[in-house]
Amino acid sequence: MSGRNGFWALLFHTVFVIFVLAPIVVVCVVAFTPEGYLSLPVNGPSLRWFEALLNNRDFVSSFQASLLLGTISATLAALIAVPTAIAIVRHEFPGRTALLSLCMSPLMVPSIVLGVAFLRFLSQIGLGGTMVGLVISHVIIITPFVLRTIMNSLGSLDSALDNAAASLGSDGMTTFRRITLPLIAPGILSGWVLAFINSFDEVTMTIFIASPGLTTLPVRLMLYIEDSIDPLVAAVSTVLIVLAVLAMVILDRLFGLDRMLIGTNDADKDK
Amino acid sequence: MRAISRPLPFLLSIPAALIFVIFLLLPLLGTLILSLQDFSLATGIRPVYELANYVEIFSDSYFFDIFARTARIAVFTTLVTIVIGAPEALILMRMKAPWRGIFLLVALGPLLISVVSRSLGWALLLGGNGMINQALMSMGLIERPIQMMYTEFGVVIAMSHVLMPFMIIAVMTTLQRLNPQVENASHSLGAGSFTTFWRVILPQMLPGIMTGAILVFAMAASAFATPQIIGGRRLKVIATLVYDEFLFSLNWPLGAALAMLLFAVVIVVAIGLNRVAEGYFARMYK
Repeated sequence: MSGRNGFWALLFHTVFVIFVLAPIVVVCVVAFTPEGYLSLPVNGPSLRWFEALLNNRDFVSSFQASLLLGTISATLAALIAVPTAIAIVRHEFPGRTALLSLCMSPLMVPSIVLGVAFLRFLSQIGLGGTMVGLVISHVIIITPFVLRTIMNSLGSLDSALDNAAASLGSDGMTTFRRITLPLIAPGILSGWVLAFINSFDEVTMTIFIASPGLTTLPVRLMLYIEDSIDPLVAAVSTVLIVLAVLAMVILDRLFGLDRMLIGTNDADKDK
Repeated sequence: MRAISRPLPFLLSIPAALIFVIFLLLPLLGTLILSLQDFSLATGIRPVYELANYVEIFSDSYFFDIFARTARIAVFTTLVTIVIGAPEALILMRMKAPWRGIFLLVALGPLLISVVSRSLGWALLLGGNGMINQALMSMGLIERPIQMMYTEFGVVIAMSHVLMPFMIIAVMTTLQRLNPQVENASHSLGAGSFTTFWRVILPQMLPGIMTGAILVFAMAASAFATPQIIGGRRLKVIATLVYDEFLFSLNWPLGAALAMLLFAVVIVVAIGLNRVAEGYFARMYK
Protein backbone atom coordinates (compact mmCIF):
# COMPACT_ATOMS: atom_id res chain seq x y z
CA MET A 1 0.00 0.00 0.00
CA SER A 2 1.53 3.24 -1.04
CA GLY A 3 -1.13 5.65 0.21
CA ARG A 4 -0.53 7.90 3.19
CA ASN A 5 -2.60 8.21 6.31
CA GLY A 6 -4.52 11.47 6.37
CA PHE A 7 -5.83 13.38 9.39
CA TRP A 8 -8.97 11.29 9.83
CA ALA A 9 -7.01 8.07 9.53
CA LEU A 10 -4.64 9.18 12.29
CA LEU A 11 -7.54 10.28 14.48
CA PHE A 12 -9.17 6.89 13.98
CA HIS A 13 -5.86 5.24 14.77
CA THR A 14 -5.51 7.23 18.01
CA VAL A 15 -8.97 6.18 19.19
CA PHE A 16 -8.13 2.59 18.26
CA VAL A 17 -4.92 2.64 20.30
CA ILE A 18 -6.80 4.01 23.32
CA PHE A 19 -9.45 1.29 22.91
CA VAL A 20 -6.76 -1.42 22.78
CA LEU A 21 -4.66 -0.15 25.67
CA ALA A 22 -7.34 1.16 28.08
CA PRO A 23 -8.39 -2.16 29.70
CA ILE A 24 -4.77 -3.33 29.93
CA VAL A 25 -3.50 -0.10 31.48
CA VAL A 26 -6.42 0.11 33.93
CA VAL A 27 -5.61 -3.35 35.32
CA CYS A 28 -1.96 -2.44 35.83
CA VAL A 29 -2.78 0.87 37.52
CA VAL A 30 -5.44 -0.52 39.86
CA ALA A 31 -3.02 -3.26 40.99
CA PHE A 32 -0.90 -0.57 42.70
CA THR A 33 -3.72 0.76 44.87
CA PRO A 34 -2.95 1.02 48.61
CA GLU A 35 -6.66 0.64 49.45
CA GLY A 36 -8.48 -2.57 50.31
CA TYR A 37 -10.91 -2.15 47.42
CA LEU A 38 -10.79 -1.43 43.68
CA SER A 39 -9.60 2.13 43.16
CA LEU A 40 -6.97 4.17 41.41
CA PRO A 41 -3.81 4.70 43.53
CA VAL A 42 -4.52 8.44 44.04
CA ASN A 43 -2.49 8.51 47.28
CA GLY A 44 0.62 7.09 45.67
CA PRO A 45 1.40 3.57 44.51
CA SER A 46 1.70 0.65 46.88
CA LEU A 47 3.03 -2.87 46.46
CA ARG A 48 0.63 -4.18 49.07
CA TRP A 49 -1.33 -6.39 46.66
CA PHE A 50 1.78 -7.85 45.07
CA GLU A 51 2.95 -8.83 48.56
CA ALA A 52 -0.44 -10.41 49.19
CA LEU A 53 -0.03 -12.29 45.92
CA LEU A 54 3.36 -13.73 46.89
CA ASN A 55 1.82 -14.93 50.17
CA ASN A 56 -1.15 -16.51 48.42
CA ARG A 57 -0.22 -20.17 48.14
CA ASP A 58 -3.07 -20.96 45.74
CA PHE A 59 -1.90 -18.46 43.14
CA VAL A 60 1.79 -19.32 43.56
CA SER A 61 1.20 -23.06 43.17
CA SER A 62 -1.04 -22.55 40.10
CA PHE A 63 1.64 -20.37 38.57
CA GLN A 64 4.15 -23.19 39.02
CA ALA A 65 1.66 -25.71 37.62
CA SER A 66 1.10 -23.51 34.54
CA LEU A 67 4.84 -23.15 33.90
CA LEU A 68 5.38 -26.91 34.21
CA LEU A 69 2.34 -27.75 32.08
CA GLY A 70 3.35 -25.28 29.35
CA THR A 71 6.94 -26.51 29.25
CA ILE A 72 6.12 -30.22 29.08
CA SER A 73 3.25 -29.77 26.62
CA ALA A 74 5.13 -27.48 24.23
CA THR A 75 8.13 -29.83 24.23
CA LEU A 76 5.99 -32.91 23.54
CA ALA A 77 4.09 -31.01 20.85
CA ALA A 78 7.38 -30.11 19.12
CA LEU A 79 8.56 -33.74 19.33
CA ILE A 80 5.35 -34.89 17.66
CA ALA A 81 5.31 -32.09 15.10
CA VAL A 82 8.84 -32.49 13.68
CA PRO A 83 8.39 -35.99 12.14
CA THR A 84 4.83 -35.15 11.10
CA ALA A 85 5.94 -31.97 9.34
CA ILE A 86 8.72 -33.84 7.53
CA ALA A 87 6.30 -36.51 6.37
CA ILE A 88 3.78 -33.94 5.12
CA VAL A 89 6.18 -31.46 3.49
CA ARG A 90 8.81 -33.84 2.12
CA HIS A 91 6.81 -36.90 1.12
CA GLU A 92 3.85 -37.86 -1.00
CA PHE A 93 1.81 -40.70 0.47
CA PRO A 94 -1.80 -41.84 0.72
CA GLY A 95 -3.55 -40.13 3.62
CA ARG A 96 -1.21 -37.12 3.61
CA THR A 97 -4.01 -34.54 3.40
CA ALA A 98 -6.09 -36.45 5.94
CA LEU A 99 -3.17 -36.43 8.39
CA LEU A 100 -2.72 -32.68 7.95
CA SER A 101 -6.43 -31.99 8.48
CA LEU A 102 -6.46 -34.27 11.53
CA CYS A 103 -3.50 -32.50 13.14
CA MET A 104 -4.89 -29.04 12.37
CA SER A 105 -8.47 -29.85 13.42
CA PRO A 106 -8.11 -28.82 17.09
CA LEU A 107 -8.07 -25.22 15.83
CA MET A 108 -11.54 -25.81 14.39
CA VAL A 109 -13.15 -27.35 17.48
CA PRO A 110 -14.40 -24.80 20.04
CA SER A 111 -12.43 -25.02 23.30
CA ILE A 112 -15.64 -25.48 25.27
CA VAL A 113 -16.39 -28.66 23.28
CA LEU A 114 -12.87 -29.95 23.89
CA GLY A 115 -13.24 -29.19 27.60
CA VAL A 116 -16.43 -31.24 27.77
CA ALA A 117 -14.88 -34.05 25.72
CA PHE A 118 -11.72 -34.28 27.83
CA LEU A 119 -13.57 -34.03 31.14
CA ARG A 120 -15.55 -37.15 30.27
CA PHE A 121 -12.72 -39.01 28.51
CA LEU A 122 -10.04 -38.37 31.12
CA SER A 123 -12.30 -39.39 33.99
CA GLN A 124 -13.21 -42.58 32.09
CA ILE A 125 -9.57 -43.59 31.67
CA GLY A 126 -8.73 -42.60 35.26
CA LEU A 127 -6.67 -39.50 34.46
CA GLY A 128 -9.19 -36.89 35.61
CA GLY A 129 -7.62 -33.99 37.50
CA THR A 130 -4.06 -35.24 36.97
CA MET A 131 -1.05 -33.55 35.40
CA VAL A 132 -0.87 -36.32 32.78
CA GLY A 133 -4.45 -35.57 31.77
CA LEU A 134 -3.77 -31.84 31.52
CA VAL A 135 -0.65 -32.49 29.45
CA ILE A 136 -2.53 -34.76 27.01
CA SER A 137 -5.27 -32.20 26.43
CA HIS A 138 -2.82 -29.31 26.06
CA VAL A 139 -0.58 -31.23 23.63
CA ILE A 140 -3.63 -31.79 21.41
CA ILE A 141 -4.59 -28.10 21.23
CA ILE A 142 -1.08 -26.63 20.84
CA THR A 143 0.44 -29.10 18.34
CA PRO A 144 -1.17 -27.25 15.35
CA PHE A 145 0.83 -24.11 16.22
CA VAL A 146 4.20 -25.91 16.24
CA LEU A 147 3.30 -27.99 13.20
CA ARG A 148 2.47 -24.89 11.19
CA THR A 149 5.70 -23.02 11.98
CA ILE A 150 7.86 -26.14 11.33
CA MET A 151 6.04 -26.79 8.04
CA ASN A 152 6.73 -23.18 7.02
CA SER A 153 10.43 -23.59 7.84
CA LEU A 154 10.67 -26.86 5.94
CA GLY A 155 8.79 -25.44 2.98
CA SER A 156 11.25 -22.59 2.57
CA LEU A 157 14.27 -24.96 2.59
CA ASP A 158 15.89 -25.87 -0.70
CA SER A 159 15.54 -29.63 -1.14
CA ALA A 160 18.73 -29.53 -3.22
CA LEU A 161 20.52 -29.36 0.15
CA ASP A 162 19.33 -32.90 0.90
CA ASN A 163 20.48 -34.14 -2.49
CA ALA A 164 23.85 -32.45 -2.03
CA ALA A 165 24.29 -34.15 1.35
CA ALA A 166 23.25 -37.50 -0.12
CA SER A 167 25.62 -37.16 -3.06
CA LEU A 168 28.42 -36.47 -0.60
CA GLY A 169 27.64 -39.82 1.03
CA SER A 170 25.51 -38.72 3.98
CA ASP A 171 22.75 -41.14 5.03
CA GLY A 172 19.21 -39.95 5.82
CA MET A 173 19.67 -39.70 9.56
CA THR A 174 22.95 -37.80 9.30
CA THR A 175 21.44 -35.39 6.78
CA PHE A 176 18.52 -34.77 9.13
CA ARG A 177 20.78 -34.22 12.14
CA ARG A 178 23.49 -32.14 10.46
CA ILE A 179 21.56 -30.26 7.75
CA THR A 180 17.79 -30.18 8.17
CA LEU A 181 17.48 -29.87 11.95
CA PRO A 182 19.83 -26.88 12.34
CA LEU A 183 18.05 -25.11 9.48
CA ILE A 184 14.54 -25.60 10.89
CA ALA A 185 15.64 -24.92 14.49
CA PRO A 186 14.33 -21.31 14.43
CA GLY A 187 10.94 -22.61 13.23
CA ILE A 188 10.86 -25.21 15.99
CA LEU A 189 11.81 -22.61 18.58
CA SER A 190 9.21 -20.04 17.50
CA GLY A 191 6.59 -22.80 17.32
CA TRP A 192 7.57 -23.94 20.81
CA VAL A 193 7.15 -20.41 22.16
CA LEU A 194 3.73 -19.94 20.50
CA ALA A 195 2.67 -23.35 21.83
CA PHE A 196 3.89 -22.52 25.34
CA ILE A 197 2.00 -19.21 25.37
CA ASN A 198 -1.17 -20.89 24.12
CA SER A 199 -0.90 -23.58 26.79
CA PHE A 200 -0.09 -21.02 29.50
CA ASP A 201 -3.09 -18.81 28.62
CA GLU A 202 -5.64 -21.57 27.93
CA VAL A 203 -8.64 -21.26 30.24
CA THR A 204 -11.87 -22.41 28.57
CA MET A 205 -10.91 -26.06 28.11
CA THR A 206 -8.70 -26.29 31.20
CA ILE A 207 -11.40 -25.06 33.59
CA PHE A 208 -13.27 -28.31 32.87
CA ILE A 209 -10.36 -30.64 33.55
CA ALA A 210 -8.46 -28.90 36.33
CA SER A 211 -9.11 -30.12 39.87
CA PRO A 212 -9.09 -28.14 43.12
CA GLY A 213 -5.66 -29.58 43.91
CA LEU A 214 -4.21 -28.98 40.45
CA THR A 215 -5.23 -25.76 38.74
CA THR A 216 -3.49 -23.51 36.23
CA LEU A 217 -3.06 -19.79 36.87
CA PRO A 218 -5.68 -18.47 34.40
CA VAL A 219 -8.23 -20.96 35.72
CA ARG A 220 -7.46 -20.01 39.34
CA LEU A 221 -7.85 -16.35 38.35
CA MET A 222 -11.13 -17.07 36.54
CA LEU A 223 -12.59 -18.96 39.52
CA TYR A 224 -11.51 -16.16 41.87
CA ILE A 225 -13.10 -13.49 39.64
CA GLU A 226 -16.37 -15.45 39.54
CA ASP A 227 -16.61 -14.88 43.30
CA SER A 228 -15.20 -11.40 43.68
CA ILE A 229 -13.16 -8.78 41.88
CA ASP A 230 -10.60 -7.14 44.15
CA PRO A 231 -7.14 -5.58 43.70
CA LEU A 232 -5.55 -9.03 44.17
CA VAL A 233 -6.84 -10.23 40.77
CA ALA A 234 -5.56 -6.98 39.25
CA ALA A 235 -2.14 -7.78 40.70
CA VAL A 236 -2.19 -11.32 39.23
CA SER A 237 -3.25 -9.91 35.87
CA THR A 238 -0.49 -7.30 36.01
CA VAL A 239 2.07 -10.07 36.46
CA LEU A 240 0.55 -11.90 33.46
CA ILE A 241 0.56 -8.72 31.37
CA VAL A 242 4.21 -7.95 32.22
CA LEU A 243 5.19 -11.52 31.29
CA ALA A 244 3.26 -11.23 28.00
CA VAL A 245 4.95 -7.92 27.15
CA LEU A 246 8.37 -9.48 27.86
CA ALA A 247 7.51 -12.46 25.64
CA MET A 248 6.30 -10.05 22.95
CA VAL A 249 9.53 -8.04 22.93
CA ILE A 250 11.70 -11.19 22.89
CA LEU A 251 9.64 -12.77 20.09
CA ASP A 252 9.75 -9.56 18.10
CA ARG A 253 13.54 -9.34 18.44
CA LEU A 254 14.08 -13.01 17.58
CA PHE A 255 11.64 -13.61 14.76
CA GLY A 256 9.64 -10.45 14.13
CA LEU A 257 6.14 -10.64 15.60
CA ASP A 258 4.54 -9.52 12.35
CA ARG A 259 6.28 -12.33 10.48
CA MET A 260 5.13 -14.92 13.02
CA LEU A 261 1.52 -13.72 13.05
CA ILE A 262 0.87 -12.36 9.58
CA GLY A 263 3.21 -14.61 7.62
CA THR A 264 6.21 -13.71 5.52
CA ASN A 265 6.27 -12.59 1.93
CA ASP A 266 8.71 -15.46 1.35
CA ALA A 267 5.89 -17.90 1.99
CA ASP A 268 3.91 -16.29 -0.81
CA LYS A 269 6.78 -16.53 -3.25
CA ASP A 270 6.77 -20.31 -2.91
CA LYS A 271 3.24 -20.60 -4.18
CA MET B 1 10.57 -32.61 -5.41
CA ARG B 2 8.86 -35.09 -3.17
CA ALA B 3 10.21 -38.56 -2.49
CA ILE B 4 8.16 -41.44 -3.84
CA SER B 5 6.06 -43.46 -1.44
CA ARG B 6 8.09 -45.65 0.91
CA PRO B 7 7.54 -46.83 4.47
CA LEU B 8 9.35 -43.77 5.87
CA PRO B 9 6.51 -41.22 5.66
CA PHE B 10 4.14 -43.70 7.34
CA LEU B 11 6.61 -44.32 10.16
CA LEU B 12 6.99 -40.56 10.61
CA SER B 13 3.20 -40.10 10.70
CA ILE B 14 2.43 -42.82 13.22
CA PRO B 15 2.97 -40.84 16.46
CA ALA B 16 0.76 -37.90 15.44
CA ALA B 17 -1.91 -40.10 13.84
CA LEU B 18 -2.19 -42.34 16.91
CA ILE B 19 -2.23 -39.48 19.39
CA PHE B 20 -4.84 -37.48 17.50
CA VAL B 21 -7.13 -40.47 16.90
CA ILE B 22 -6.96 -41.66 20.51
CA PHE B 23 -6.93 -38.32 22.29
CA LEU B 24 -9.01 -36.17 19.97
CA LEU B 25 -11.40 -38.24 17.85
CA LEU B 26 -12.27 -40.71 20.62
CA PRO B 27 -13.14 -38.03 23.21
CA LEU B 28 -15.25 -36.16 20.63
CA LEU B 29 -17.05 -39.36 19.69
CA GLY B 30 -17.55 -40.04 23.39
CA THR B 31 -19.16 -36.62 23.79
CA LEU B 32 -21.53 -37.32 20.93
CA ILE B 33 -22.57 -40.59 22.59
CA LEU B 34 -22.84 -38.89 25.97
CA SER B 35 -25.24 -36.35 24.46
CA LEU B 36 -27.65 -39.20 23.63
CA GLN B 37 -27.74 -40.53 27.18
CA ASP B 38 -30.09 -39.80 30.01
CA PHE B 39 -29.49 -38.24 33.41
CA SER B 40 -31.35 -37.84 36.67
CA LEU B 41 -30.01 -37.01 40.11
CA ALA B 42 -31.36 -40.33 41.42
CA THR B 43 -29.87 -42.63 38.79
CA GLY B 44 -26.95 -40.63 37.43
CA ILE B 45 -26.05 -41.12 33.76
CA ARG B 46 -27.95 -44.03 32.18
CA PRO B 47 -26.51 -45.67 29.04
CA VAL B 48 -29.53 -45.25 26.78
CA TYR B 49 -29.35 -43.92 23.24
CA GLU B 50 -32.09 -41.44 22.43
CA LEU B 51 -32.54 -37.88 21.23
CA ALA B 52 -34.36 -36.73 24.38
CA ASN B 53 -31.76 -34.05 25.25
CA TYR B 54 -31.96 -32.52 21.79
CA VAL B 55 -35.77 -32.60 21.87
CA GLU B 56 -35.68 -30.85 25.24
CA ILE B 57 -33.34 -28.14 23.93
CA PHE B 58 -35.46 -27.50 20.84
CA SER B 59 -38.78 -27.47 22.68
CA ASP B 60 -37.81 -25.23 25.61
CA SER B 61 -37.83 -21.48 24.95
CA TYR B 62 -35.27 -21.03 27.74
CA PHE B 63 -32.63 -22.64 25.52
CA PHE B 64 -33.87 -20.84 22.44
CA ASP B 65 -33.40 -17.48 24.15
CA ILE B 66 -29.83 -18.36 25.09
CA PHE B 67 -29.01 -19.56 21.56
CA ALA B 68 -30.51 -16.34 20.17
CA ARG B 69 -28.51 -14.20 22.61
CA THR B 70 -25.30 -16.07 21.73
CA ALA B 71 -25.94 -15.51 18.02
CA ARG B 72 -26.73 -11.82 18.61
CA ILE B 73 -23.52 -11.28 20.59
CA ALA B 74 -21.44 -13.16 18.00
CA VAL B 75 -22.92 -11.22 15.06
CA PHE B 76 -22.45 -7.80 16.69
CA THR B 77 -18.93 -8.69 17.82
CA THR B 78 -18.08 -9.69 14.25
CA LEU B 79 -19.52 -6.41 12.90
CA VAL B 80 -17.58 -4.30 15.42
CA THR B 81 -14.30 -6.07 14.59
CA ILE B 82 -14.94 -5.48 10.87
CA VAL B 83 -15.83 -1.81 11.25
CA ILE B 84 -12.82 -1.09 13.48
CA GLY B 85 -10.34 -3.79 12.45
CA ALA B 86 -10.47 -3.48 8.66
CA PRO B 87 -9.70 0.28 8.47
CA GLU B 88 -7.07 -0.10 11.19
CA ALA B 89 -5.36 -2.87 9.19
CA LEU B 90 -5.19 -0.51 6.21
CA ILE B 91 -3.81 2.30 8.37
CA LEU B 92 -1.17 -0.02 9.87
CA MET B 93 -0.21 -1.20 6.39
CA ARG B 94 0.43 2.36 5.29
CA MET B 95 2.64 3.26 8.24
CA LYS B 96 6.37 3.63 7.84
CA ALA B 97 9.11 2.34 10.12
CA PRO B 98 9.43 2.62 13.05
CA TRP B 99 5.74 3.41 13.71
CA ARG B 100 4.50 0.38 11.83
CA GLY B 101 6.44 -2.04 14.04
CA ILE B 102 5.46 -0.25 17.25
CA PHE B 103 1.74 -0.12 16.49
CA LEU B 104 1.70 -3.68 15.16
CA LEU B 105 2.88 -4.70 18.63
CA VAL B 106 0.09 -2.58 20.16
CA ALA B 107 -2.56 -4.04 17.84
CA LEU B 108 -1.50 -7.71 17.89
CA GLY B 109 0.33 -7.94 21.20
CA PRO B 110 -2.86 -8.35 23.28
CA LEU B 111 -3.12 -11.85 21.73
CA LEU B 112 -0.32 -12.88 24.06
CA ILE B 113 -2.11 -11.55 27.14
CA SER B 114 -4.47 -13.91 28.94
CA VAL B 115 -8.08 -13.42 27.88
CA VAL B 116 -9.00 -13.45 31.59
CA SER B 117 -6.79 -10.42 32.26
CA ARG B 118 -8.18 -8.54 29.27
CA SER B 119 -11.77 -9.26 30.29
CA LEU B 120 -10.96 -8.20 33.84
CA GLY B 121 -9.75 -4.88 32.41
CA TRP B 122 -13.14 -4.36 30.78
CA ALA B 123 -14.90 -5.29 34.03
CA LEU B 124 -12.93 -2.51 35.74
CA LEU B 125 -13.81 -0.05 32.96
CA LEU B 126 -17.48 -0.94 32.52
CA GLY B 127 -18.55 -1.51 36.14
CA GLY B 128 -21.09 0.64 37.99
CA ASN B 129 -18.15 2.22 39.89
CA GLY B 130 -15.91 1.67 36.87
CA MET B 131 -13.61 4.16 35.23
CA ILE B 132 -15.97 5.03 32.35
CA ASN B 133 -18.93 5.80 34.63
CA GLN B 134 -16.75 7.76 37.06
CA ALA B 135 -15.29 9.81 34.23
CA LEU B 136 -18.71 10.54 32.70
CA MET B 137 -20.17 11.50 36.09
CA SER B 138 -17.28 13.78 37.04
CA MET B 139 -17.69 15.53 33.70
CA GLY B 140 -21.37 15.98 34.54
CA LEU B 141 -22.54 14.15 31.42
CA ILE B 142 -24.59 11.62 33.38
CA GLU B 143 -26.10 11.67 36.86
CA ARG B 144 -26.37 7.98 37.58
CA PRO B 145 -24.01 5.21 36.45
CA ILE B 146 -24.98 3.55 33.17
CA GLN B 147 -25.45 -0.19 33.47
CA MET B 148 -22.84 -1.80 31.21
CA MET B 149 -21.68 -4.83 33.17
CA TYR B 150 -24.00 -7.85 32.80
CA THR B 151 -25.35 -6.48 29.51
CA GLU B 152 -25.00 -7.72 25.95
CA PHE B 153 -23.51 -4.34 25.06
CA GLY B 154 -20.70 -4.83 27.59
CA VAL B 155 -20.00 -8.40 26.42
CA VAL B 156 -19.85 -7.27 22.77
CA ILE B 157 -17.41 -4.44 23.56
CA ALA B 158 -15.08 -6.64 25.62
CA MET B 159 -15.25 -9.52 23.15
CA SER B 160 -14.54 -7.21 20.19
CA HIS B 161 -11.40 -6.12 22.03
CA VAL B 162 -10.36 -9.73 22.66
CA LEU B 163 -10.96 -10.89 19.07
CA MET B 164 -9.84 -7.73 17.21
CA PRO B 165 -6.28 -9.00 16.52
CA PHE B 166 -7.67 -11.91 14.48
CA MET B 167 -9.52 -9.56 12.14
CA ILE B 168 -6.48 -7.30 11.77
CA ILE B 169 -4.22 -10.28 11.03
CA ALA B 170 -6.64 -11.64 8.42
CA VAL B 171 -7.03 -8.30 6.62
CA MET B 172 -3.32 -7.48 6.76
CA THR B 173 -2.43 -10.89 5.33
CA THR B 174 -4.61 -10.10 2.32
CA LEU B 175 -3.33 -6.53 1.96
CA GLN B 176 0.27 -7.77 2.00
CA ARG B 177 -0.27 -9.65 -1.24
CA LEU B 178 -1.46 -6.57 -3.12
CA ASN B 179 0.53 -4.64 -5.59
CA PRO B 180 0.87 -1.08 -4.21
CA GLN B 181 1.04 0.27 -7.74
CA VAL B 182 -2.65 -0.50 -8.27
CA GLU B 183 -3.57 2.36 -5.96
CA ASN B 184 -1.26 4.74 -7.82
CA ALA B 185 -2.72 3.56 -11.10
CA SER B 186 -6.19 4.40 -9.84
CA HIS B 187 -5.08 7.88 -8.80
CA SER B 188 -3.26 8.53 -12.06
CA LEU B 189 -6.40 7.54 -13.97
CA GLY B 190 -8.17 10.35 -12.17
CA ALA B 191 -10.00 8.57 -9.35
CA GLY B 192 -10.33 10.52 -6.08
CA SER B 193 -9.37 9.08 -2.69
CA PHE B 194 -12.91 7.98 -1.91
CA THR B 195 -13.43 6.34 -5.30
CA THR B 196 -10.06 4.63 -5.05
CA PHE B 197 -10.95 3.27 -1.62
CA TRP B 198 -14.46 2.18 -2.57
CA ARG B 199 -13.72 0.75 -6.03
CA VAL B 200 -10.12 -0.44 -5.73
CA ILE B 201 -8.96 -1.00 -2.14
CA LEU B 202 -12.11 -2.26 -0.44
CA PRO B 203 -12.84 -5.03 -2.99
CA GLN B 204 -9.29 -6.24 -2.51
CA MET B 205 -9.72 -6.28 1.27
CA LEU B 206 -12.94 -8.28 1.15
CA PRO B 207 -11.40 -11.78 1.10
CA GLY B 208 -9.42 -10.89 4.24
CA ILE B 209 -12.49 -9.39 5.92
CA MET B 210 -14.43 -12.57 5.10
CA THR B 211 -11.74 -14.84 6.55
CA GLY B 212 -11.55 -12.65 9.64
CA ALA B 213 -15.34 -12.60 10.01
CA ILE B 214 -15.58 -16.40 9.90
CA LEU B 215 -12.83 -16.72 12.49
CA VAL B 216 -14.23 -14.04 14.81
CA PHE B 217 -17.80 -15.32 14.55
CA ALA B 218 -16.74 -18.88 15.38
CA MET B 219 -14.71 -17.75 18.38
CA ALA B 220 -17.32 -15.26 19.61
CA ALA B 221 -20.13 -17.83 19.41
CA SER B 222 -18.19 -20.31 21.54
CA ALA B 223 -16.39 -17.83 23.83
CA PHE B 224 -16.49 -18.63 27.51
CA ALA B 225 -14.18 -16.45 29.63
CA THR B 226 -15.38 -13.00 28.51
CA PRO B 227 -19.14 -13.71 28.77
CA GLN B 228 -18.55 -15.39 32.13
CA ILE B 229 -16.72 -12.34 33.53
CA ILE B 230 -18.68 -9.50 31.86
CA GLY B 231 -22.06 -11.24 31.50
CA GLY B 232 -21.98 -12.85 34.93
CA ARG B 233 -24.46 -15.46 36.07
CA ARG B 234 -27.44 -13.50 34.80
CA LEU B 235 -26.47 -13.17 31.15
CA LYS B 236 -25.98 -16.74 29.97
CA VAL B 237 -24.59 -17.75 26.60
CA ILE B 238 -24.26 -21.32 25.32
CA ALA B 239 -20.69 -21.79 26.52
CA THR B 240 -21.42 -20.58 30.06
CA LEU B 241 -24.60 -22.66 30.11
CA VAL B 242 -22.63 -25.78 29.16
CA TYR B 243 -20.23 -24.97 32.01
CA ASP B 244 -23.16 -24.73 34.47
CA GLU B 245 -24.68 -28.01 33.30
CA PHE B 246 -21.38 -29.82 33.76
CA LEU B 247 -20.12 -28.35 37.01
CA PHE B 248 -23.26 -27.32 38.90
CA SER B 249 -26.35 -29.12 37.59
CA LEU B 250 -24.18 -32.20 36.88
CA ASN B 251 -26.41 -32.99 33.90
CA TRP B 252 -23.53 -34.03 31.68
CA PRO B 253 -25.64 -35.50 28.84
CA LEU B 254 -27.62 -32.26 28.46
CA GLY B 255 -24.40 -30.23 28.61
CA ALA B 256 -22.85 -32.50 25.98
CA ALA B 257 -25.90 -32.05 23.72
CA LEU B 258 -25.65 -28.24 24.07
CA ALA B 259 -21.92 -28.35 23.28
CA MET B 260 -22.51 -30.56 20.23
CA LEU B 261 -25.23 -28.21 18.94
CA LEU B 262 -22.94 -25.21 19.42
CA PHE B 263 -20.19 -27.08 17.54
CA ALA B 264 -22.61 -27.90 14.71
CA VAL B 265 -23.87 -24.31 14.43
CA VAL B 266 -20.32 -22.92 14.33
CA ILE B 267 -19.25 -25.43 11.65
CA VAL B 268 -22.35 -24.86 9.50
CA VAL B 269 -22.06 -21.06 9.68
CA ALA B 270 -18.30 -21.16 8.93
CA ILE B 271 -18.71 -23.49 5.94
CA GLY B 272 -21.75 -21.54 4.73
CA LEU B 273 -19.95 -18.16 4.87
CA ASN B 274 -16.94 -19.74 3.18
CA ARG B 275 -19.12 -21.01 0.32
CA VAL B 276 -20.77 -17.62 -0.09
CA ALA B 277 -17.38 -15.91 -0.12
CA GLU B 278 -15.88 -18.36 -2.61
CA GLY B 279 -18.85 -18.02 -4.95
CA TYR B 280 -18.66 -14.25 -4.75
CA PHE B 281 -14.94 -14.06 -5.42
CA ALA B 282 -15.12 -16.66 -8.17
CA ARG B 283 -17.62 -14.43 -10.01
CA MET B 284 -15.62 -11.30 -9.29
CA TYR B 285 -12.31 -12.57 -10.66
CA LYS B 286 -13.66 -14.60 -13.55
